[in-house]
Amino acid sequence: MTTITRKETNPTAHLTEADVEQVGIELDAIRQDIIDSRGAKDAAYIRKVVDAQRKLELGSRAVLLASAFPPAWIAGTIGLSIAKILENMEIGHNVMHGQWDWMRDPKIHSTTWEWDNASTAEGWKHSHNQVHHTYTNIVGKDNDLGYGIMRVDEDQKWYPMYLGQPLWNFINACFFEYGIAAYDLELGKNLKVPKAKRSEAFKRNAKNTLAKIRRQATKDYVVHPALSIPTGSFLPTLAANFTANLVRNLWTHSVIMCGHFPEGVETFEKKSIPANETRGEWYVRQMLGSANISGSKPMHLMTGNLSFQIEHHLFPDLPSNRYSEVAPKVQALFEKYDLNYHSASLPRQVGSAWHKIVRLSLPNGWLEQTNVKNAPQQAGLLWKLATGGPKVRRAYDAAQRRAENQRKAAALTAA
Amino acid sequence: MALLEASGRGSRPSNRLADRVVRLVEAATTPLLPADYLDLFAPLRSGAPLRGRIEQVIPETRDAATIVIRPGADWAGHVPGQYIRLGIDVDGVRQWRAYSLTHGPRADGFISITVKAVPGGVVSNHLVHEAQRGTLVHLEQATGDFVLPDDLAGRKLLFLTAGSGVTPVIGMLRNLFPVTDTGVLKLERSDDLDITVVHVAPSEPDSIFIQNLRELGEADAINLIARYDDEHGVLAVDDLASLVPDLAERTTYACGPAGLLDALGAHHTERGLELFTEQFRPVTIAAGEGGTVVLEKSGVELDLDGATTILDAAEQAGVLMPSGCRMGICMGCVLPLREGAVRDLRNGEITTATPGETNTGGVSIQTCISAAAGPCHIDH
Repeated sequence: MTTITRKETNPTAHLTEADVEQVGIELDAIRQDIIDSRGAKDAAYIRKVVDAQRKLELGSRAVLLASAFPPAWIAGTIGLSIAKILENMEIGHNVMHGQWDWMRDPKIHSTTWEWDNASTAEGWKHSHNQVHHTYTNIVGKDNDLGYGIMRVDEDQKWYPMYLGQPLWNFINACFFEYGIAAYDLELGKNLKVPKAKRSEAFKRNAKNTLAKIRRQATKDYVVHPALSIPTGSFLPTLAANFTANLVRNLWTHSVIMCGHFPEGVETFEKKSIPANETRGEWYVRQMLGSANISGSKPMHLMTGNLSFQIEHHLFPDLPSNRYSEVAPKVQALFEKYDLNYHSASLPRQVGSAWHKIVRLSLPNGWLEQTNVKNAPQQAGLLWKLATGGPKVRRAYDAAQRRAENQRKAAALTAA
Repeated sequence: MALLEASGRGSRPSNRLADRVVRLVEAATTPLLPADYLDLFAPLRSGAPLRGRIEQVIPETRDAATIVIRPGADWAGHVPGQYIRLGIDVDGVRQWRAYSLTHGPRADGFISITVKAVPGGVVSNHLVHEAQRGTLVHLEQATGDFVLPDDLAGRKLLFLTAGSGVTPVIGMLRNLFPVTDTGVLKLERSDDLDITVVHVAPSEPDSIFIQNLRELGEADAINLIARYDDEHGVLAVDDLASLVPDLAERTTYACGPAGLLDALGAHHTERGLELFTEQFRPVTIAAGEGGTVVLEKSGVELDLDGATTILDAAEQAGVLMPSGCRMGICMGCVLPLREGAVRDLRNGEITTATPGETNTGGVSIQTCISAAAGPCHIDH
């Protein structure tokens, strides 16, 4: 991956300024259609999901009171995992985007919702709704690119510590809700600041997040296991709650990786974004910076309709149940303007995102040039690059660039 | 609670124990509240926010209906003549309106409102034509000073009602003279009352409750004077004395449109007569271009044109505002509009907040994409 402006062929080069503005007008019209037709059916939908989720959670927790009995453990754990995923994706994420604010129901409103997650609604609304959705895929501004712990762009300099990033990413996936909480706090950046100099806002947010984590952990790892003591199910319930959180973390991490990480999703350079970016330009950036997951209805529900990541990024505040209806219109628009509508199945998108993480954990070009035959030499080269210091790495980079230029020249001559 | 009483240690320790139990249950449901789960099964239980369930929809005229509601357990009752605020979801959007209670207090504990569908009225048309038995509605406790005096004995009263202004009066009359299958009941406490009702409506078929009023008239409970605009011409307040010869001896209760009540007010003041009035829908919000925006808590007033966002203007005036993406996507700038109208600068859509007709807290608006469309009050 390279930022769009550094690519050999910029996928937006064929668009004129007027085209870009027209894209904006057409997308606004699609959005308005949905706004004009929002109504009782949509409200009934979200109420039904909330209702079903709460009953599923209650039922699962009730079953887990007897989780020393293995079938109860299995049923309760599956139910609780599904309930937590629904609560996180289709309900929490979307309510906090204000998708249901138009109902004027104070119980399903972006300003009042708190989710079953380690991060606070307030912190998450800032880092996700505001920063990520406004500055989507702008390297250096959108921290969702690599969450500040990974190398996700070929233009980022490679260091040996990046060799570990597939492992970091896996650990992050297992404890994703805590990763997100740390991310919302910009913990890495703030911990570097001496204690006395940390901002009041950070101290307040950190305090709120710790309180939230304490409440969450008390619920899942103390109260519910304790309630199960009469049936001798303390430890099984503890394990069930841990498992449900783990399943939810792995699932949400996978879905979210599919949104912007798969190969072929575009990123942008900070300096290439004009200060007064027009609505059309903003829309085009959202279109190219997101990827969809194809699949069945239950699959869309379990992803919180983030399987329609492209539509979600264009219209973050439209009700999630309407994205499937908007998608064909959006896709037609992509075709009309000859842009790549990035969509594939969940396994393919997850595989692609992981491939990219592995590829970029290694020096540029290393993975592409490795095959079964040259594996021992390549391993030796990697050892040298990892242990050899900046000088060795600079020499490798220079050689890679020379080879790249030669390849380009050869291609030109052949043409 | 029995356990707490058995401990016999007075209210303080038991309160503390109850608090502890509540905290434990809350710890099990965080970040939701236990009430969020109880609402799934018992929305009308004691301790829940006040709600009601529609039990019956009775058509009154072709554009009016009586809605009978079973109120939640915490319903505190009402005095005839009072009104409630009722919230109902119309096309998925929660809407609040005030309606007179037209029934009861009744033995079955139900309450009722009678609604006339006004042209273009979102809630009234929904209630009259689409309301279904079983629908959950949101309620506030009854309120209002338009009620009968405590000591009724020997009183001479005049009820002057125009259009749907009859509804609070019907609430009072039904309480004084319950109508049963066998006719109008005369209660002892209403025995020596002398009541005249002047009822004004555009035409007889458009007249809600006329059947009720006639029954009361025939039973000599009231002296009914019905006036229809299409038959008798529009009622002039100065003619009242000729319709009700002993007007000067009566206490007047009037409910109807503002014009009539204003004229009546002047008429009665001039003659030194006792008058109680009730008027609904005092404010109508008309959308325009720009206006004065009052930030209530900050105590700041801004004169805005129709193109400047409220967020930009308030920040320029030095008010610290919640803000975010400044393009309408992050909901970081949402504040309650208590009263007034704003325009969404992206698509021209108007959002209005009318006290009494919208959520008690106001309507949430995004200040970063909203401009004033008339005078506004914002809770900030």
